[in-house]
Amino acid sequence: MQKTGAQILVESLLAEGVDTIFGYPGGVVLPIYDVLYDADIRHILTRHEQGAAHAADGYARASGKPGVCLATSGPGATNLVTGIANAYMDSVPMVAITGQVPTSLLGKDSFQEADITGITLPITKHNFIVKDVNDVARTVREAFYIATSGRPGPVLIDMPKDVSVGVAEYTDPGPVQLPGYKTNNEPDTEQVARAVRAIEESERPVIYAGGGVVSGGAHGELLELAEMLLMPVATTLMGLGGFPGNHPLSVGMLGMHGSKYANYAINECDLLIGVGVRFDDRVTSKLEEFAPGAVIMHIDIDPAEIGKNVGVDIPLVGDVRLTLRKIIERLRPRLASQWRDKIGVWKKEHPFEFVENGRIKPQEVIQEIFNVTKGNARITTEVGQHQMWAAQYYTFTRPRTFISSGGLGTMGFGFPAAIGVQVACPDETVIDIAGDGSIQMNIQELATAVHYNLPVKIAIMNNGFLGMVRQWQELFYNRRYSYTELDNPDFVKLAEAYGAVGIRVSKKSEVRPALEEAMASAKPVVLDFPIEREENVYPMVPPGEPIHKMLG
Amino acid sequence: MRHTLAVLVENSPGVLARVAGLFSRRGYNIDSLAVGRTESPDVSRMTIVVDGDERVLEQVTKQLHKLVDVIKINDITVDEYVDRELVLIKVNADSAQRGEVMQIADVFRARIVDLGRKTLTLECTGNDGKINAFEESLRPYGIKELVRTGKIAMLRGSKYTGYQDNGTKEEI
Ligand SMILES: Cc1ncc(C[n+]2csc(CCOP(=O)(O)OP(=O)(O)O)c2C)c(N)n1
Repeated sequence: MQKTGAQILVESLLAEGVDTIFGYPGGVVLPIYDVLYDADIRHILTRHEQGAAHAADGYARASGKPGVCLATSGPGATNLVTGIANAYMDSVPMVAITGQVPTSLLGKDSFQEADITGITLPITKHNFIVKDVNDVARTVREAFYIATSGRPGPVLIDMPKDVSVGVAEYTDPGPVQLPGYKTNNEPDTEQVARAVRAIEESERPVIYAGGGVVSGGAHGELLELAEMLLMPVATTLMGLGGFPGNHPLSVGMLGMHGSKYANYAINECDLLIGVGVRFDDRVTSKLEEFAPGAVIMHIDIDPAEIGKNVGVDIPLVGDVRLTLRKIIERLRPRLASQWRDKIGVWKKEHPFEFVENGRIKPQEVIQEIFNVTKGNARITTEVGQHQMWAAQYYTFTRPRTFISSGGLGTMGFGFPAAIGVQVACPDETVIDIAGDGSIQMNIQELATAVHYNLPVKIAIMNNGFLGMVRQWQELFYNRRYSYTELDNPDFVKLAEAYGAVGIRVSKKSEVRPALEEAMASAKPVVLDFPIEREENVYPMVPPGEPIHKMLG
Repeated sequence: MRHTLAVLVENSPGVLARVAGLFSRRGYNIDSLAVGRTESPDVSRMTIVVDGDERVLEQVTKQLHKLVDVIKINDITVDEYVDRELVLIKVNADSAQRGEVMQIADVFRARIVDLGRKTLTLECTGNDGKINAFEESLRPYGIKELVRTGKIAMLRGSKYTGYQDNGTKEEI
């Protein structure tokens, strides 16, 4: 049957199992919106395209399904860019669809034209401009396949208006044929054997687990492997929840704001097993002194990650879950107990700490969020000190419960992402732990949350500063607080103006009741916690230092 | 060290931008890059000369592999291969110098492709070394303009780096 490009697009999305789109309309996507009007797809209208991209991202991270966002050409498309880059850095499966001016006007600086495939070339796994309506169905199939297979990532499809209104026969494009695209799922048997030998020979092994464990669904295998040999497990920010934070073998997060015991363990280990990680500089700090005495093993689905930042002794290219399974099958259990005891001592001697002084401390607020939710919430964060405190003081025990912008560090991510998470998990408690600076980068999405009855909670750690930047100014710029102090609006009134609930907490004793009230509410709630203004995040590895040399 | 990569890519719009962008974005050094169609209309061949140590080469290759449009990459540096480059050189040559320049052209089997009142334009093909030597010999006369195509290369004998339709990317 003959169908328009827009109809074919929507049918192809349905064929890929898409049930939700986050988007914002405009001239050249009107044909698509017209089809969406009757389609069996939920469209969430955000208030900014960046919000749509982050919401799709949050949806994907929480559900494991690809997130889909839709925007018009030109400014709509460019507003997606930060969200796409964010998804790219954190390997999130996403399909972004943009409208484009008609092919006859391409390249002429036409009204609302932007070369979005050119702009997103370095921040997408792949992108397409569809110039022929006969290619729509196949392009959608390929886009979803590329976005979700191998190392996941965002894929963009640019749809010129004449393609959306053009007509063609809709036929299922069948299986994907991409001669240049190959995923590496099976690890090399010989390398697996080497890995097993190295693990059996090591006395002080440490596992360093990242986002790949979460996205690869390898948390069960990771737990099994760690328990077989009583190996301590450190995670990256992206890996939080990939290993239960309350497990005796967990040493929490490593790196710049990681736990002391994690960083000590890395410094003294003789075998470092990187699982689904990318040796980011926020983790390794001074590369030459990262795990200096260790044999380095690296498991990743993306061969280009191996050896990118550090030399690897034992490379294992493959699906993380499959690879761990193969290792486990060959491994004989043996316990590295002396090593475990040593780490136990570090854990006792160097817990996360802060000074209580009667004022509201962000660390305590986050601990209370954990207590009130019994650790059962999905937490998103913005970027800054609050993000690090959330990582340090909330114990994550399940994958996909901590959703944060790791690689790009995008302020304004957390709240729209929380909207996406709430759409994916309607029955769960979703909390955005925010800073007063970050929340103002996408606060307009309160209207979205209210409109769709998404009862997202926002807990603002309000220090009247761009706190993380202020901390650096304090430590490295002689306390010269250049443009980091904020004059904030009344967040409670702002919440109310949007039709949400606003709660201000002014005393320590009100923290818990306020949280309880917020959790009990069926509406979006903004909680304003005026916290200690110049609190710092510790421990901290100063930039350029080896990771065992921490401040605080 | 310089490496010569034979890269087969899908003949689709934007591929060159993807490949070139990857090099600049990741800070790799391209010495030369030549692109053109192959025996198959759907497939183009890029010959890329890149400068770097083993680690850089490994990363370049792995990152190139990640591009969906890249079908196959061969580092042919250590293999036996023939390579050619074409150069056009416009050199000062008044009537007094013309004879000498023509003699040089003869030595290098270059051809004169255009004459001006005070200039000669020469064409020469060969490998790097020959083209460099040719350029050096003409330099004393004053080179007005010079264009090189960049290197193209092909393995010798029955070995080839062509595209076998087995749906995989290979390296040798
Ligand atoms: C979009 C964007 N712009 C700038 C930055 C740089 N930056 C990192 S943390 C930070 C301060 C964040 O302040 P706030 O949201 O109030 O959180 P706090 O650190 O106070 O908890 C800034 C400006 C960023 N990460 N993202």
